[in-house]
Amino acid sequence: MNNIANKQAICNKLLEASQTDKDIVVLCSDSRGSASLTKFADELPEQFIEIGIAEQNLVTVSAGLASCGKKVFAVSPASFLSTRSMEQAKVDVAYSNTNVTLVGISGGISYGALGMTHHSANDIATMASIPNMRVYLPSDHFQTEKLIEALLQDDKPSYVRVGRNAVDPVYEENNIPFEMDKATLIKDGTDVTLIACGEMVKSAKDAAEILAKEGISARVVDMYCLKPIDKDIVIKAAKETKGIVTIEEHTIYGGLNSQVAQITAQNYPVTVIGMGLPDAPVITGKSQEVFDTYGLNAEGIAKEAKKVLNK
Amino acid sequence: MNLKIKATDLRKDILTLIYKARTGHTGGDMSVIDILTVLYYKYMNVNPENIKDPNRDRFILSKGHASEALYCVLSDKGFFPKSDLDNYSGYGSKYIGHPNNKVNGVEMNTGSLGHGLAVGVGMALAGRMDKKDYRVYAVMGDGEMAEGSVWEAIMAAGHYKLDNLTAFVDRNRLQISGTTEQVMTQDSQEKRWEAFGWNVLSINGNDIDALDAAVGLAKQSKGKPTVVIANTTKGCGVSYMENQAGWHHRVPTEEEYAQGIKELEQRRAQYE
Ligand SMILES: Cc1ncc(C[n+]2csc(CCOP(=O)(O)OP(=O)(O)O)c2C)c(N)n1
Ligand SMILES: [Mg+2]
Repeated sequence: MNNIANKQAICNKLLEASQTDKDIVVLCSDSRGSASLTKFADELPEQFIEIGIAEQNLVTVSAGLASCGKKVFAVSPASFLSTRSMEQAKVDVAYSNTNVTLVGISGGISYGALGMTHHSANDIATMASIPNMRVYLPSDHFQTEKLIEALLQDDKPSYVRVGRNAVDPVYEENNIPFEMDKATLIKDGTDVTLIACGEMVKSAKDAAEILAKEGISARVVDMYCLKPIDKDIVIKAAKETKGIVTIEEHTIYGGLNSQVAQITAQNYPVTVIGMGLPDAPVITGKSQEVFDTYGLNAEGIAKEAKKVLNK
Repeated sequence: MNLKIKATDLRKDILTLIYKARTGHTGGDMSVIDILTVLYYKYMNVNPENIKDPNRDRFILSKGHASEALYCVLSDKGFFPKSDLDNYSGYGSKYIGHPNNKVNGVEMNTGSLGHGLAVGVGMALAGRMDKKDYRVYAVMGDGEMAEGSVWEAIMAAGHYKLDNLTAFVDRNRLQISGTTEQVMTQDSQEKRWEAFGWNVLSINGNDIDALDAAVGLAKQSKGKPTVVIANTTKGCGVSYMENQAGWHHRVPTEEEYAQGIKELEQRRAQYE
C-alpha cells in the first residue's frame, strides 16, 4: 500500500511546482521537520523563509509577501496556526484578501499525548467562521495533491488541515475523482449517508462495507471542502436517504456536523447524527486509541448509522 | 543536600522515563534539570502536604515540552508516587507530554510556547496585591524567545517592577530546526532584557553553584524583576546528546540508554 503522509504530499507538490514558479514561497515556524519540508528548505533555500517560533509573525509576514505578488504557503502545526494566529488569519489573510494558503500540519488529535495545547479540534470552527477564508481537510495523499494543484491555480486565502501520520489511502493512483469545492461521492447508497472529512473518510468508507454485509446500503461522501461546503450533495442525501451521520476529527461544535445540520434544517430536515470529539480535553493516547475511545472507527460509525435507520 | 548528586539522579530518572515511555524531549530536559534542582531542592517553598498553600512559591515551566524533567522532580519531592509515571504519556494517563495541572504540584498547563512568563506576571501582580511574599519562577526556552507574547510579558514585568518574579532562559542555543542563531537570532539576550528594565544575570546554567548564587541574588533585587540567562548545553550529561539538535525529541535505543546511564553514574561518582 502506498502510504505517504498528506503533509509529505504537500511538500512533494510544492517542490515540483516551485522549480518553475519562482513566486511560490514557503514559510515555517521552526516546523520544517514536522512539516516534511526540510527537503524543500534545502533544495530551494531562496524560496523558503524561516520565521522561528512566532506563528503570528508567520501569518502576517506571509500576507505581506503575498501582497507583493508571492504565492505563499505558511506551514505550522494546525493548533497554533488556527488559534494563536487567528487574528492574523482574519485580518491580514482573509480580510485583506491575500494569496496565502495556511497549512495546518499534525491537525486534529494527531499529537496524541502532547495534550490539548497541541490538538486542533476546533480549527474548522475558527477558520470557517472568518469571512473569505476557505477550509479544506483532504482525506488522503492523492486528494491532497489534487487540492494543492487547485490552490496553486487561484489566489484566494485558504486553510488546509492535514494529520501527522501516513494514513491508508481512500483513492487509487489512477482513480482520484476531484472537483474543486465539490464533495466527492465515494459510494452511492440508498439507506443512510455517511459524510466525513479529512482522515475520517477512510473509516466511513470501511463502515459502509460493514453495513453492506448487513444488507444496509450506505452512501459515502468525502466532504474535503468544509468551506465553501457542497450544499447540493447534502440536500440530495437528505432527500434520497433516511438520514445522515457526519464524522469528523473535530469537536461537534462549529465543524462538519454543525454545517450539515444547518443545511438540512433549512432545506430538508432529516436526522443528522454527529460523530466527533468531546467538548473536553480528549483522552491521552495515540490517534487510533483516541478514535476507538469515541467510536470514531468503522465499527462505531456503522453502529451510529443503524441508529439513523431505527429512528 | 548535595544538589549535584540530586541533579545527576534526576537525569537518570528522566532518561529512564523517556526510554520506557518511548517518548520525550530528552535534550531540553537535560539542559533544564539543574535549574529545577536548585529551585525545588533549595529555594522554593512548596510542600506536597499542602499543595494549595496560598503562600507557596509559584513555578511555571513555560517550555512545557520538558515535562519529563518536571514530573521527575515532582514525584521525587513526593507530590505523587513514582509509579504513577509508569504510564507516562500512555492511554488515559494524566501525565501527558506537557505539564498538566490535574497533576499535583503543576500550577498551570503549558505546552504552547510563549505563555508561561505572562502567567508569571499575573501571579507576581497577585502576590503584590495580596501582600504575600511568595516568589514566582518561570522557565523559558531560547527558541521560545521568538514568540512576541514573551516580549509583551517582559515589558509588563519591567513596567510593574516585579521584583518577586524571576525568569530563566534555558540558553542552550538549539531548537528543533537547528541552532537558534540560524533559525532566528537570539543574541544578545542580556542586552534585550536589560533594555526592558530587568536585572540580568548571565551564568553557566548547568553549574549548580552558579545557579544557586544567581537565585540568591535574584531574591535580593529591589524594584526590578530578574532574569537568569542560563547558558546551558542541550542534552547536558550524556555525551552523545550534547549540542545535538536531533536530540530535541529523540528516544534512546537500548545501547544508548545503557551508555547514558553509565555516563551518569560516572558523573555521580565524581560528586560523592
Ligand atoms: C506556540 C508553539 N509553537 C511551536 C511549538 C512546537 N515546539 C515545541 S518545542 C519547540 C522548540 C523549542 O525550542 P527551545 O525553546 O529552544 O526549547 P529547548 O531547546 O529548551 O528544548 C517547538 C517549536 C510549541 N510547543 N508551541
Ligand atoms: Mg533551546
